[in-house]
Amino acid sequence: MTNSIAEIEDAEVIFIIGSNTTENHPVIGTFVKRAKNKGAKIIVADPREIELAKLSDVFMQLKPGTNVALLNAMMNVIIEENLQDEEFIKERCENYDELKEVVKDYTPEKAEVITGVKADLIREAARIYAKADKACILYAMGVTQHATGTENVYSIANLAMLCGKLGKESCGVNPLRGQNNVQGACDMGGLPDVFPGYQKVHIKENVEKFEKAWGVKLSDKPGLTVSEMFHEAIKGKLKALYIMGENPVISDPDTKHVIEALEKLEFLVVQDIFLTETAQYADVVLPAASFAEKDGTFTNTERRVQRVRKAINNVGQSKADWEIIVDIMNRMGYKCSYKSARDIFDELAKVTPQYAGIDYDRIENEGIQWPCPTKDHPGTKILHKDKFARGKGLFKPTKYRTSAEQPDDEYPFILTTGRILYHYHTMTMTGKNEGLMKIAGESYVEINPMDAKKYGISDGDLVEVTSRRGSVRVKAKITDVVNEGVVFMPFHYADGSANVLTNTAYDEVTKEPELKVCAVRIKKA
Amino acid sequence: MLKIKINGSEFEVKKGLTILEACKEVGVEVPTFCHDDRLKPSGTCRICVVEVEGARNLMAACSTPVTDGMVIWTESKKVVDARKEILNLILANHPLDCLTCEKSGECKLQDLCYKYGIKGSTFKPNKKEYDVDESNEFYYSDPNKCILCGKCVRVCNELQCTGAIGFAQRGIKTHVTTPFDKGIANSTCVSCGNCVAVCPVGALMPKKKMKYRTWEVKKVRTTCSYCGVGCQLYLLVKDDKVVGVEPYFGEPNRGLLCVKGRFAYNFINHKDRLKTPLIKKNGKFEEATWEEAYDYIVGRLTEIKEKYGPDSIAGLTSARCTNEENYIMQKFMRAVIGTNNIDHCARL
Amino acid sequence: MITLTINGKKIRVASGTTILGAAQKLGIDIPTLCYDPMLEVYGGCRICVVEVEGAKSLMAACATQVQEGMVVYTESEKVIKARKEILALLLANHPNDCLTCEKAGVCKLQEYAYRYDVKFGQIDGERHNYELEDSNPYIVRDMNKCILCGKCVRTCAQVEGRKVLTFAYRGFKTKVTTAFDKPYEDSDCAFCFRCVAVCPVGALKDKRASGKARHWEVSKEEFTCTFCDYGCKFEVARKHGKAVYVTPKAPSEGRPLCLKGKIGNELKYLDDVETPYIRVEGKLEPVSWAKALGLEEILYKIETEKR
Repeated sequence: MTNSIAEIEDAEVIFIIGSNTTENHPVIGTFVKRAKNKGAKIIVADPREIELAKLSDVFMQLKPGTNVALLNAMMNVIIEENLQDEEFIKERCENYDELKEVVKDYTPEKAEVITGVKADLIREAARIYAKADKACILYAMGVTQHATGTENVYSIANLAMLCGKLGKESCGVNPLRGQNNVQGACDMGGLPDVFPGYQKVHIKENVEKFEKAWGVKLSDKPGLTVSEMFHEAIKGKLKALYIMGENPVISDPDTKHVIEALEKLEFLVVQDIFLTETAQYADVVLPAASFAEKDGTFTNTERRVQRVRKAINNVGQSKADWEIIVDIMNRMGYKCSYKSARDIFDELAKVTPQYAGIDYDRIENEGIQWPCPTKDHPGTKILHKDKFARGKGLFKPTKYRTSAEQPDDEYPFILTTGRILYHYHTMTMTGKNEGLMKIAGESYVEINPMDAKKYGISDGDLVEVTSRRGSVRVKAKITDVVNEGVVFMPFHYADGSANVLTNTAYDEVTKEPELKVCAVRIKKA
Repeated sequence: MLKIKINGSEFEVKKGLTILEACKEVGVEVPTFCHDDRLKPSGTCRICVVEVEGARNLMAACSTPVTDGMVIWTESKKVVDARKEILNLILANHPLDCLTCEKSGECKLQDLCYKYGIKGSTFKPNKKEYDVDESNEFYYSDPNKCILCGKCVRVCNELQCTGAIGFAQRGIKTHVTTPFDKGIANSTCVSCGNCVAVCPVGALMPKKKMKYRTWEVKKVRTTCSYCGVGCQLYLLVKDDKVVGVEPYFGEPNRGLLCVKGRFAYNFINHKDRLKTPLIKKNGKFEEATWEEAYDYIVGRLTEIKEKYGPDSIAGLTSARCTNEENYIMQKFMRAVIGTNNIDHCARL
Repeated sequence: MITLTINGKKIRVASGTTILGAAQKLGIDIPTLCYDPMLEVYGGCRICVVEVEGAKSLMAACATQVQEGMVVYTESEKVIKARKEILALLLANHPNDCLTCEKAGVCKLQEYAYRYDVKFGQIDGERHNYELEDSNPYIVRDMNKCILCGKCVRTCAQVEGRKVLTFAYRGFKTKVTTAFDKPYEDSDCAFCFRCVAVCPVGALKDKRASGKARHWEVSKEEFTCTFCDYGCKFEVARKHGKAVYVTPKAPSEGRPLCLKGKIGNELKYLDDVETPYIRVEGKLEPVSWAKALGLEEILYKIETEKR
């Protein structure tokens, strides 16, 4: 997030695109609702009529995979009606002319054909967003889990810059991160192309810096992303995989493909708190301690570095993940002598500029938002306040491209996937809770009543959902939350797993898979 | 700045504060039932009344602004008598159940009865006879213990904005309920438990899987392990087991949680937790010691690295693990294995 | 050595061990009210009853010695039913006072009522209506709360020549009294606090701790008294960091407790100290700290030295 959670409550306009906030980030959802109660206008763009859509001022129920067309059309209206922030554009941005050129084509009427959203709704949304002083954009996986994910994000940034809604209170471009520490995992260099602090591995100075810090020679060749790892494994090039606390068999697209890759490996280590679906394929499984059994930090979606504290002793013989890895590092001949999580934090703060000013004592009571470069820096609530990280804000105009897979006669429906309030990711944690399982115990597929009628499907019927990659049987939930031609499935469940169906096509830049759009057919089972 | 006097001492306080806020600033405790810093004062419970010199009546500290030269007494005889009377009235229709009440030890009513020496009601008892609503999976509502402070209703409507509960009927029959008394399970309730967190008495209580008294648990503050909001919460620990969760009142969640963070903690001490390393032999997992597992892993990784090169090995780090662990994992891959093949499910 | 099974777990213990002792070794918690490892076994409260396979009736775990091959169940349905009944009977004649009772939080009756889910009013019976004895400055006696476990009587009798307490009267009227049922200050009581330290309920309370804090509000720190060589254990309770009372822990072998230790440590640890009282010609009188702690003579000498 460029801005902070608390600022949402004071926004005049909140534009939510591709985020079912009240179910996936329930507490942030309450900030949105409180803003609404204080008089804020809410704009929602989502293929489903989610809870926030019901209390929105403008709801644009777009066809999955058409974000760019919608956003370009909003910009088209803004420029057409001269609602852009000229001063901000002139002083702080570049490449505006190209943006103007590209969005010129995207009239609301043209976008209506692509997105299925009425042109007037797009106009209204554009005006409301552009005219407000404090307008923030919230988005999540509905924007990023597309083959065009990067373009979607560029478009959001373009819109915010066009209207000067960056670097100011209650504005900004705010991705809501789905996992407790996905922000931190990225910050810490858990990515194939960057060291901690997003320092590129192919840049010589960075390599030298880390070689000096760690006392060994390092590779400057960017590594493989998750999806590439599975491809390389199937090709026989990747031989060993060490998985710490992930469950790709359920969470990744095209389950069959993932399993094939795992089976092809010569050696697979899985470290987790439960014997997950992925762990079943391992050669060695190591018992990890849960978050209640260890010290450390998580970094939340607003970049706030917060303490995790040990509450109970390790269950069984389990060990904290860091202890296990440190043990192995030592046994592989790399000596390290961390005695506690604090020791590791002190080291990582030295090499991660954004974290340099943070230590456990400073965040004892309240977390600090990075960047925090020095010990006396209070942390950063709002990014890009006076200038952008790169200097000038660069407009990156993008053209609309269709999703990798389009419905056709054989697979006439678009399947989109997501989470629900009562479960979390692959259910390794929530699936153990009786109460949650009573409320949401099994997978389902949402089907529009008109489609259901056409296929003779009633609520609660068992339905077979089939894509080019596989087939699952789940119960039908007949609801007008989805439009005709679109079906929705939660991806949590191992039984009736949505990711048996999803497409592995991915975004060229981020390698993010297109989980939000694939073509399926349905029939009564 | 305003000059005021509280209990005989002079203070300077900012303009625009209520008496309650001013007292808090200077460290004078005033009891409250219905007050919540996050909500507008409602002034319904009257337990916070104080004496203001020159005023005809006692004033509710939570909703009276301080004025320059105000002289306030928070524990004068008049104030104490009024508070005793209020407690006496509340107890007239409150079950005397502290022996086994789950709230005992953290009950505001109990605290104040102890403080003011109220052992029971002198009024003719008029006990309520409502059914306990146990329809929700995670908490229950016992309207017989409700003191009608209204915090749950206001939190549900004004902070959580779910609007599942409200007041019904009038006078002695007033009670907190869902529309048409249909029960919590049949309302719009999303089981966030934010009403439970503010109930000052035992009317809204979490359902417990393991019995514990409030004084038996240790509370450890930590960060929620579900989504990316990073809510601050307390883990309640008894006998080295996590038996409950309560919200922390501060940034970023300000005392709010969701159903998962608040109630789905039982995975921590679940019987299916992995407890020993496992090594697959002939297609079956067998329990192993840490040393065996380490030897095996180090042996195989070294062998593969030598045979196929470091780029034949990859690691998946985790958005579920701590920063420290993510740092160590990528350092392991980069500095020890010698590859940048490190990624995680940031995209899922 | 004797082998027996408790709740399905086998254990070997020395002969002469009680079922309670064997269970404790296994980490099995059997409730007790009248049992105290420092006192002779009394077996009066029956809350520790357990089921022994083959036995006609439930057995008191504190008073039954283990036998070879014994099979014991400490939480069987029958046992739980018996305990619930005992608790319901105790509660029938116990004031419903946890709202403000000083013992709440460390009261055994409350602990077991919670554990076995027994409430007030399940049995309606006759109630005592004794007058509260609040006349001396140290100990409050509320015989309405007494459950007649007799621990106070036994611990008092352990002190050579003391034996201030005894059971008097019969049946429902049975009561722990001093000789001739007089208040503590008119008896031979030395206010050593042994009876207070062992009372499982709110019948005997440290008056100087009353009204200071609820048990769950304080952090307690144990310390050893240094006024003499016995080394009795006390604890100091702090609320919000402020030391609010000092109270003796249960007496143990060779650690008798005494009033001098109690008030001396109050002076040593507390932030706000209350006036000490000692017996002057048999009557409890407020005195100076020097007199209370027997330091007058020494202080006088120090003073004269100076001159």
